[in-house]
Amino acid sequence: MILRLFRIRGGVHPPEHKHPTASRPIEACPLPARLYVPLQQHIGAPAEPVVQVGEKVLKGQLIGHAQGPVSAPVHAPTSGTVTTIAPHAAPHPSGLPVVCVTIEPDGEDRWESAPAETDPFLLTPREIGERVAAAGIVGMGGAAFPSAVKLGAATRTPIHTLIINGGECEPYLTCDDRLMRERAVEVIDGVRIMLHGTQATRALIAIEENKPSAIRELKRAARIDERVMVVRIPALYPMGSEKHMIQTLTGRELPPGRLPADLGLIVHNVATAFAVHRAVRFGRPLISRIVTVGGGALREPRNREVLIGTPIEDLVECCGGFAEEPARLLMGGPMMGQVIPWNAPVVKGTSGVIALTREEIHIGETRACIRCGRCVSACPVGLMPLEMASRIRADQFDGAVDHGLNDCISCGSCAFVCPASIPLVQFFNFAKGELVARKTAQDKSQVLKLMAEQRQARLEREAREKAEAAARKKAEREAAKRAEQEAAARETGT
Amino acid sequence: MSDVYSPVAGPHTHATAGVGGIMLQVMLALVPATLFGIWLYGWPALNLFVVTLSTCAIAEALSVRIGGRSAAAALGDGSALLTGWLLAMTLPPWAPWWIGVVGGLFAVMVGKQVFGGIGQNLFNPAMLARVVLLIAFPLELTTWIAPQPLTQTGSPGFVEGLAITFTGVTPERLDAVSSATLLGHLKTEIGRGTQLTAALDGWYEPSQAWFGHMAGSFAETSALLILLGGLYLMVRRIIDWQIPAAMLGTLALLASLMHMIAPERYADAGVHLLSGGVMLGAFFIATDPVTSPSTLRGRLLFGAGCGLLVYVIRSFGGYPEGVAFAVLLMNAVTPLIDHYVRPRIYGRDIHGRPRTIASKPKPDAEKPS
Repeated sequence: MILRLFRIRGGVHPPEHKHPTASRPIEACPLPARLYVPLQQHIGAPAEPVVQVGEKVLKGQLIGHAQGPVSAPVHAPTSGTVTTIAPHAAPHPSGLPVVCVTIEPDGEDRWESAPAETDPFLLTPREIGERVAAAGIVGMGGAAFPSAVKLGAATRTPIHTLIINGGECEPYLTCDDRLMRERAVEVIDGVRIMLHGTQATRALIAIEENKPSAIRELKRAARIDERVMVVRIPALYPMGSEKHMIQTLTGRELPPGRLPADLGLIVHNVATAFAVHRAVRFGRPLISRIVTVGGGALREPRNREVLIGTPIEDLVECCGGFAEEPARLLMGGPMMGQVIPWNAPVVKGTSGVIALTREEIHIGETRACIRCGRCVSACPVGLMPLEMASRIRADQFDGAVDHGLNDCISCGSCAFVCPASIPLVQFFNFAKGELVARKTAQDKSQVLKLMAEQRQARLEREAREKAEAAARKKAEREAAKRAEQEAAARETGT
Repeated sequence: MSDVYSPVAGPHTHATAGVGGIMLQVMLALVPATLFGIWLYGWPALNLFVVTLSTCAIAEALSVRIGGRSAAAALGDGSALLTGWLLAMTLPPWAPWWIGVVGGLFAVMVGKQVFGGIGQNLFNPAMLARVVLLIAFPLELTTWIAPQPLTQTGSPGFVEGLAITFTGVTPERLDAVSSATLLGHLKTEIGRGTQLTAALDGWYEPSQAWFGHMAGSFAETSALLILLGGLYLMVRRIIDWQIPAAMLGTLALLASLMHMIAPERYADAGVHLLSGGVMLGAFFIATDPVTSPSTLRGRLLFGAGCGLLVYVIRSFGGYPEGVAFAVLLMNAVTPLIDHYVRPRIYGRDIHGRPRTIASKPKPDAEKPS
């Protein structure tokens, strides 16, 4: 069966730069001297630490448990001693720290429990969800949304199709490509477990056409289950965007504010499928991931299987260090990746660590917009980035929203093609942040206004009650007096 | 390493085309038609070309310096030179030097810098200058000459060329070489009541019109060379097909229709497409990114509007040629087009409302093929 594919609007073809790492097998990384495991590596509430400073931990041991409905637990990536539980640089452009559990490895890498295989297909969907949640699995394509929450959506809305995102449309990144090529059987197992967990009737594994080996390997491994179908999709950025993958595979568009589940769909990354396989079949939590360490500034670009919490510095060191000073150090790919501090650790959502040279960034001096409309043609959402930017420049945020600012997915296609080198995404992110700040301020002032009104009402009520009470008392007193006088009059009268 | 960590948003890689690169490509595409024009009309044409381009460059440098910005950076984007280039191409080839100077100054200073410089102008600067020149100096702007190829004996030499451009052409010389353009000739003859076939006799030969061996502006007579340049720009993705196709298509359609209704009064599509500034207008002037809509559908509308106006002005207006007026009128409509003609946003209908999720979908709903 061949699936009919649908065209998406716009998109760009950035140079792929995948060859330096695509042809080399995944390699392990030596144990670093220290691991910094952030308690917040996911969208949602941070995990609550359950270990003490000085405590010995074993590999896979729970060190932070999930808090609230959207959260994920965190586990020790190796055995060793907890040295601190304190703020440390987070892999975020702000450079703001998050609380990390620092573990000094003892070098034994001893598991908390012996491996035990379970047949996942004997479990109920609910149990699968619980195991995925307990393993701390989050979306590994970069968004880091807790996977169990997504799988749990299937219990509320019927899901018919599970989409597995193997697009990997970002340049440089090849971690998913290598994973699919080297661990196809495990990935397919993970997909089948998720099918069982969501009770979906089919799984579509979408892989861009520029990864023929991965397509071949997964097709071979998928033969055991006719519900699983490997789909070759065009190599076009941003094909890996959830919205656009859904459109390509089903022809349907996700209206703003709706979830894929509303269309009977659920989308997971291939690396997430692999993590699910490990977690549900072998009871192993998510404590490592494959990271593409690449970019022109790096001496030996490689795909490395890295323990969560490994400092970027150590990771770069095990890839031969820098051949030249990088102009920019990124987490993720060059289109949507973020600038990160040097001492930040690898987290569950780290698909790549990319050190770019100035030539690779290739940005000219920002010039005036010549209204060429390349951004409009490139936008996969159908926005007019030039119009949005001109509104934002003039502080007309409402005008920018009217032009669809809130529909922007920040994919960067517009800024990639802009001949005037206008940092359009920077404009949009600024405006989005500003709108959130204004909304917060507005909400706050509304709350203050409400409180002031309530206070006024309370004061008035109290004054009224006091006056009423006084009046009542006075009336009572007068009534008593009258009664007395009447009684006296009666006495004298008789 | 300080800026390694400056929290700049993505993307962290960029395509290669810069503004200067785009302008350079456009100029490259103009080279064949320009060289042909120089060959066809000789030294005076080259002089006018040099004068107009230099004026534009000086005007640009002067303007940005007054504004306190770097002249080198402004000249570096090539937009002022391109404006001068396009203006020169549309001028009568033997026009005196001051036509180039006045036109160049007006195009850059009033047409562009007064609006705020590159990207800010509402009207195409070259066309604005051309229309101003036509209205202010109608004689100089309608003095056309028959082809005087450089290689032909009797065509003015270098020194005589300088004299023609800088001190003016002598009346005797002018009498010998002047000629009406095809469109001008038709306007006069049709106005006089002459039948079209008679008026065209000896004036219009399609193959000649394709190559451009006829009286006209300095470098817009060769439809073929301009078409080649335009196709080159399309292949290099500097321009889209929408504006040229819509403009030429609309003009051809109207011309054919009117020619069918009154064959002895209205010229056919071939005459309209291959004469005057239509080819240059469609591929190089109307496609000016600054003054044309930024959506593809908007560009279709814009191009169709240009085609319609060109036909209306040529057939029913006071001037034999209407490309410059048509483009300027459509430039004025561009903000309106950009306001109303927007792409449909993902997940929303054309009015911007979120699409509704109709029914509970089933996997069989998507038909495999």
